[in-house]
Amino acid sequence: MSELRELYQEVIIDHGRHPRNFGVLENATKQQEGFNPLCGDKIILFVRENDGVFLDLKFDGCGCAISMASASLMTECLKGKTIKEIQDIFNLFHRWVMNETDSDLSQEKLGKLAVLGGVREFPSRVKCATLAWHTLKAVLEGEKLQVTTE
Amino acid sequence: MQTYKNDFPILKQAIHGKPLVYLDSSATTQKPECVIEAISNYYCNDHANVHRGVYELSERATRLYEKTRKKVQWFINAAHAHEIIFTRGATESINLVAQSYGRSHFKAGDEVILSVMEHHSNIVPWQMLQNQIGIELKIIPVSDAGELEMAAYEKLFSPRTKMVAISHASNVLGTLNPLKKIIEMAHAQNVPVLVDGAAAFSHISLDMQALDCDFYVFSAHKAYGPTGVGVLYGKTALLERMPPYQGGGSMIERVSLEKTTYAELPYKFEAGTPAIADVIGFYSALHYLEKVGMKAIAEHEQALLHYATSKLAAISGLRILGTAKEKVGVLSFVLEGIHPHDIGTILDSEGVAIRAGHHCAMPLMDRYKIPACVRVSFGLYNSKEDVDALMTGMKKVLEVFK
Repeated sequence: MSELRELYQEVIIDHGRHPRNFGVLENATKQQEGFNPLCGDKIILFVRENDGVFLDLKFDGCGCAISMASASLMTECLKGKTIKEIQDIFNLFHRWVMNETDSDLSQEKLGKLAVLGGVREFPSRVKCATLAWHTLKAVLEGEKLQVTTE
Repeated sequence: MQTYKNDFPILKQAIHGKPLVYLDSSATTQKPECVIEAISNYYCNDHANVHRGVYELSERATRLYEKTRKKVQWFINAAHAHEIIFTRGATESINLVAQSYGRSHFKAGDEVILSVMEHHSNIVPWQMLQNQIGIELKIIPVSDAGELEMAAYEKLFSPRTKMVAISHASNVLGTLNPLKKIIEMAHAQNVPVLVDGAAAFSHISLDMQALDCDFYVFSAHKAYGPTGVGVLYGKTALLERMPPYQGGGSMIERVSLEKTTYAELPYKFEAGTPAIADVIGFYSALHYLEKVGMKAIAEHEQALLHYATSKLAAISGLRILGTAKEKVGVLSFVLEGIHPHDIGTILDSEGVAIRAGHHCAMPLMDRYKIPACVRVSFGLYNSKEDVDALMTGMKKVLEVFK
């Protein structure tokens, strides 16, 4: 039960049920679809960027508590950040959920995002946590029709 | 029905400290000890290539391999053993018919009738033909209860209809389709019928001659047999008119560098060395099913289905998908506000294995406007206690998400 509690922490249940920044961003400058073909989870990430800063982010779609919470927490965390900062957060988060723990990877740096670390004990659910982030990566790299977790 | 759980070594384990409760037999069934032993015995004592050697071992392997073909023939009451073609699975069987029969008999504009409830393996091979030769697909709709709309089916026939490809049972809804009627209606228009029996074969007894379908396909691994083995049953007259699907060893009569003549049925469709050990293992699975009895299996699974349906239906916010009058032991549902994957993870922590997702039936998910669902499916080894464990797990799901 403790691993399960670690996965389904209150923050995740809350963000899964009431995702923040959910819906279509009307004046988005970038838009990217992400898809997990194994389970059918799908998100569309909207970004309004100006001069290398993500001024606003929203997402739409459907998925499990983990994927919705991850997208919700991600959009909250990245608002107002520069592309350079976002790239750093992406790398940090990726290492955090992929279990590449090392000394400089402290929970503090990740803030609220650290709650998603619970997926490490559930290998089949890691992709749920990373769907929004794969989609973000495609936004950063640009020029992809649809990104998948596969 | 006595419990057969003890015949399945894999079920004797604990998962996350809880006894394993396996409720995903529609994805693949577990294997009884006799099947595992048959494969091991074969490799220890009898292995050689089939239909080739003049020596004792090869003759023994060939005998066992062909004995399985006869067993399948008997099991589904086919008229001839050469109407049983071994493939890698139901998927390959359908691809074989689409590519061999379809490409040699269909022209651009010809039509194939399918249904919304088909597994991707009975959709994609026909879509490939659509791209290759320009056939058109006509789709039988499904009612809210999960039954085929037969009046709509009748209206789909046209002079260009060349095939009906339909599942015997839905792998998601559990619906048992009225095959007799479907086949009669098609035959009245001189249209052959391919039946995808993957989700039905291990649940009910079959009689190819009474059913009168033209092709019937299934996989061994969904019927307590090994993975990598499937069957294509086809009527002799149709199989004889079909060109080979793959070229290679075994399927030839005579080869020169200028010209090749093909072997007789069934070998024309069995190019290369087959999955000999697994085919032989399938013999033991069929023998096991025969011993337990298909009637007893059907009754047992129906009892579990009804028990689980009444228990699950009592959960507030839970909607059961597929409420057809005739169903196999498959039960799918969605629960308001909780995604199937989260349910799957929490049930797993209780040792309960179910499937969450689209079940390779995305068009059906679209039909019911859901992204995914939870599927519980029964095998002959399941018991009421397994359903009780599922319900304990469901309680935990509600607790975590309260």
